[in-house]
Formats: sequence, structure tokens, C-alpha cells
Amino acid sequence: MPKIPIGATIEAIIDFLVTNFSFLTIAFTRVMEIVIRAIENGLLFLPPWLFILAAAGLTFWLTRKRGIGLFTLLGLALIWNMGLWVPTVSTITLVLIATLTALSIGIPIGILAALHSGVNRVVQPVLDVMQTMPAFVYLIPAIPFFGLGKVAAIFATVIFSMPPAIRLTCLGIKQVPRELVECADAFGSTKWQKLFKLQLPLATPTIMAGVNQTVMLGLSMVVIAAMIGARGLGGEVWRAIQRLQMGSGFEAGLGIVIVAIILDRVLQHFGTKKN
Amino acid sequence: MSETTQEPKIRVEHLTKIFGSNSKEALKMLQAGVGKDEILEKTGCGVGVADASFTVAPGEIVVVMGLSGSGKSTLVRCINRLIEPTAGKILIDDQDITGLSMDELRQVRLTKLGMVFQNFALFPHRTVCQNAEYGLEIQGMDPTKRREKAMIALEQVGLKGWEDYYPVNLSGGMQQRVGLARALALDPDILLMDEAFSALDPLIRGDMQDELINLQSKMQKTILFISHDLDEALKIGDRIVLMKDGAIVQIGTAEQILTNPANEYVSRFVENVDITKVLTAESVMIKPKAVVFLSAHGPKSALRFMQKQGLSQIFVHDDKHKVIGYVTADTASEATKRGETELHHIMQTDFVSVPPDTPAADLIPIMANLPHPLPVVGPDGRLMGVIIRGSLLAALAERGRNNDA
Repeated sequence: MPKIPIGATIEAIIDFLVTNFSFLTIAFTRVMEIVIRAIENGLLFLPPWLFILAAAGLTFWLTRKRGIGLFTLLGLALIWNMGLWVPTVSTITLVLIATLTALSIGIPIGILAALHSGVNRVVQPVLDVMQTMPAFVYLIPAIPFFGLGKVAAIFATVIFSMPPAIRLTCLGIKQVPRELVECADAFGSTKWQKLFKLQLPLATPTIMAGVNQTVMLGLSMVVIAAMIGARGLGGEVWRAIQRLQMGSGFEAGLGIVIVAIILDRVLQHFGTKKN
Repeated sequence: MSETTQEPKIRVEHLTKIFGSNSKEALKMLQAGVGKDEILEKTGCGVGVADASFTVAPGEIVVVMGLSGSGKSTLVRCINRLIEPTAGKILIDDQDITGLSMDELRQVRLTKLGMVFQNFALFPHRTVCQNAEYGLEIQGMDPTKRREKAMIALEQVGLKGWEDYYPVNLSGGMQQRVGLARALALDPDILLMDEAFSALDPLIRGDMQDELINLQSKMQKTILFISHDLDEALKIGDRIVLMKDGAIVQIGTAEQILTNPANEYVSRFVENVDITKVLTAESVMIKPKAVVFLSAHGPKSALRFMQKQGLSQIFVHDDKHKVIGYVTADTASEATKRGETELHHIMQTDFVSVPPDTPAADLIPIMANLPHPLPVVGPDGRLMGVIIRGSLLAALAERGRNNDA
């Protein structure tokens, strides 16, 4: 029996796209690299102690919980102390850009999927594939389009971290009780009024849970993406693996955990507050 | 009470709703008289409402009632097209709702149709006042003006002082008051109330019914009320539309349905009703056989009337046909013997009377020790009829017999 050429077909499609459109994506990459560097430099412009104090103040102000503020203060101070300040800022920048992109694409798709069963039927299987495909696979096509580096890492991260944003937005809107939707209709609301005055507000906690998931997945992918030159904390881990340096690998891993906990606690707070 | 002379506010003509993808064929079968179960089996379509026609007059409360699955909720949702009807017409103020575009329909919903839901359907993320404001906000009214209107509506339903609470802080009864206020704030002509009080416990439900009747006496809205509770239907409905399996079985006033059930189904439905709560003085009274006028008649003619009709008392009217007292046969015959010519001296003026809408249940204790038949007196003071113990018991007994049949 002949082998069905699935791999060959995918390769042919990617090749076609690369030969015809990579000039666009490469140009995009050049621009993005400048933007990323600008953000990184902006964040690094502040002296670390000031950044740490500001971050601690901000998390406390956002959550009104002393514990989270204190954890931010001590956690970031520890990262600074371990000499991982620059890679941490780089990682935070990547996560920030990747998740903002993932959310700004994912949430509207989630809304569409919730409101139109046709869209939903297309989106669901795509999401299944996106979520179960091993994350490393996304790295391969990212390289020819965006070259080795941070933009390719962001591309892979966006794809990897988007599904929860879509799924939970869709779920949140579908969970709005039918009687309430009927009521909004009975009072003569337009689709947009219904969406913004009823469905989105009620779906917010669920959507925020999706945002949280997206950020966490983004953070984990940013580390994997170090393999294609994303640098940052993931890069530190990667280097430690290659040199079998247990200690520095653990330190970099600890740095990632600290950043993850801070982001998670702040976002979780938004998810539960609305109820 | 059915105001047939007035132009109806809502007219539903041959309304049919069939659920399922093959509704055209199912509709043909339904029109050919095929039964609901057979249609489901052959086409896979469920018949929600089958050929329903009725009207609602301005200011009238019509209760659509039936058991769950009878199609009553589908029917009311067809009126504002939350559910698209399959066939038939719905006319509101002579405008056919079924033919409207989505934008036109929204206008009708915004201005004419207020709706109150079974489980209140309050928006949990909005305060009581913001809930009441919802319809006005949708209309695009400016915030201060719409808050003002919402506050008036909340005051109407007795929720002043609660405007800044969230629905979750309110009891069930109060939540439904918010639901009512939200509909009233728009000042719609028509209120659609879908099992509005069914989720409330019995005491609160009774209060809400009283309040609705009370509000209605001031507002004069046209109300289509859905209920599965016959007692509720009898209490608040000017007329009742009884549904079974999507079709209308009987339309009539509470008394018509109770005293003259259209078929076996209706009589089974109504047999557990406490009849004394439903029958009123008006329905158990009998026409007075004879009356006398103070200025025109003397004891002699009064006595003759009584003898002729076999009465032991007769009611006396003044010139304006107002009841002012009664004369007994004994005193009349004595006065005749004495040769008196006027009723003044022998007329008893301390008598008890009731208005025509007094429930039969209240009549029984009133009549217990009454020395005279109970006159039923209209708001203008005229004698509409009299109730004698025999006629009251007979009316109750007759209903009992119908139930046994």
C-alpha cells in the first residue's frame, strides 16, 4: 500500500507559502524585532529596584492583597539577586506581546463561535488540533517565515496559547442563561446591545479564566521557544541543559515559576472578582 | 365582561407553531386534521401551537392556561416573536407582527410589549434600578431621565429604597417586582407575563396577584398572562383561554369555564377548584320577583305582590330605584287591617346588602342569621337581585353535580 503523502503535502503548502509570502513575513519580522527591542529597552531603562517596587505596588493595587504584593517584591528581588534580571524582562516582554496578540484574536473568534453555530463547527476541530499537536511542531514552520529569533517564538506562542481564550470565551457566552438572552431580545435589544450589555459582562469571569490559561500557556511556550532563539529565561534553561549545569538551570526555572505565580494570582483575582 | 364591542388590542388568528425542520409538511398534515402524535411520528416535527385564535381587548387581562407542554409558553413567545410562528397572524393594534422586519419588530418590542419572565430573568450584574432602566437604556434615553422613570416604576411596585441593591440581595417576590418594574418603566400598552408568579411560594404569589389586580385597576394595561395554576387564572383573569396539546379548548370568563365546561378535559381540569371562591353574589342571585316603590305603593299593594309571588318580604325602592328598606308580609297585613296607606311606618330600614362581586364563600356567613333575603346592590344603589339561602345552596350543589359527571 502506498503511503498517503500527508507530510509531503504539508511541506509543499508551507514551501509554496514561504516562496511567495515570506518576503512579507520577513519584513514584518524586522519591524517586530524593533518593537520588541524598544519595549525591552524601555523596561530595562528603569533601575531594577525601582521596577520591582513599582511591580509590587501595582500588583497590590490591582488585587488589594498584601500577600501578593509582598510575594512580587520578594520574588522579583530574588530574580535580580540571581542575576537573571535581563532574561526575565525579556521573557515578560515576549509573554506580554504573545498573549495580547492571542487574546485579541482569540476572544473575537470565541464570541463568533458562541453566536454562530456554523463558525463553531469549524472552530472546534481546529482547536482540537491546535491543543493536541505537540508544541514543538509549531516551531518548525515558524522559522522559514520569521527566521530564528523572538518573532518566530511569538508566532508559535500565539498559536499554542490561543485555544483556551477561544474556548472559554465561547463557553462563557453560551453559559448566559437562555431566559436572560430572551429577556434582552424581548426588550428590543440589538445584537450589539445584547453582546455588550448582557453576554460579555456575564461571561467575564469565564473569559478571565481563559485569559489566565492563555498567559500560563504563553509562559510555558516561551520557554520551549528558546530552542529557536527566543532567549530570555527559557534561553537560560536551555543553555543549562546543554552544559549540564544543574544549579543555573534550577535558578532559571525558579525565575519562571516566580513570574508565573505573580501573573496567575493577579489574573485569578480578576476572574473571581466579578461574581 | 368580554368586551367584544371594543376593537381588540391583540388579535391572534389561526396561529400555528411547528418545531422541526420539516414544518411545511407537518403544517399540511395538521391542516388536514392529522393528530399531533402521528405528525411527530411521520415528520419528526413537534406541534407547539395548533391553530389558535383569540383576542384580547384593551385593558383586559386574559390568562392563557394549561398544563406544562400545552403550548402556552410557545404561544406567548410567538406574540413578540421570540419564537417565529409557522403560520397564522398576530395583529397588535391592527398591525400584523408576523410580517415585520427585524428592525420594525424591535420597535414594537421597545414601545408596545413589556415582558415578565417566570424565573424573573433579572440581569445579575446590574442593580435593581439599572435592571428597571434596561429597556429605556436600549431606547437610548439619557441617563438622568431614564433613572427618573425607572424610579417611578420601582415606586409603583413598592421597591422604593432598594434601587441600588443587586438582584441577588432580594427575595423572590421582590425580584419579580423588579421584573415587573422593568416592564412597566417602558410604559408599554401590553404586558406579556409568562408564568410570572409560578416560581414564588404560595403566600407571596397571592400577594403578587392582589398587587397586579390593584396595579391594573390604575394602569389599564392589556395583559396576556400565562399560568398553569387554575386558581390564579380564575383570580386575575377577565377571561381565560384554556389550552391542551397546543390547541385552545375553551375561551371564556371564569364562571363560564366553571359552570359550563366545554368538554370532559375542561371539567376534569376545573373539578378541584373551590367553587365558593369563584362564584360571586351576581352568579348565585335570582332576579327579584317584585319590588314596591315608596311613593307609589301602600301596604295593601305590597301585600298583594307578596301573596301573588309567594314572598314573605318585599324590598322597597325610592323614586330613583334605590333600595331603601323592606316590608314583611306580616307587618303589611297588619297595616292593611289598620287601614294605613303608606309604607313609611312599617318599612324596616336596617338591612344588609352586598355588592355583586362578593365571593360566594363570604355570602354563607353573612346569610347565616339574616332575617331577610340578601339584596345584591349595584354601585348605583339599584337592586340587581336577591340571594335566598336556597338559591345559593342550589348553585353550589349544581356545580358539585357537574363535577361528578
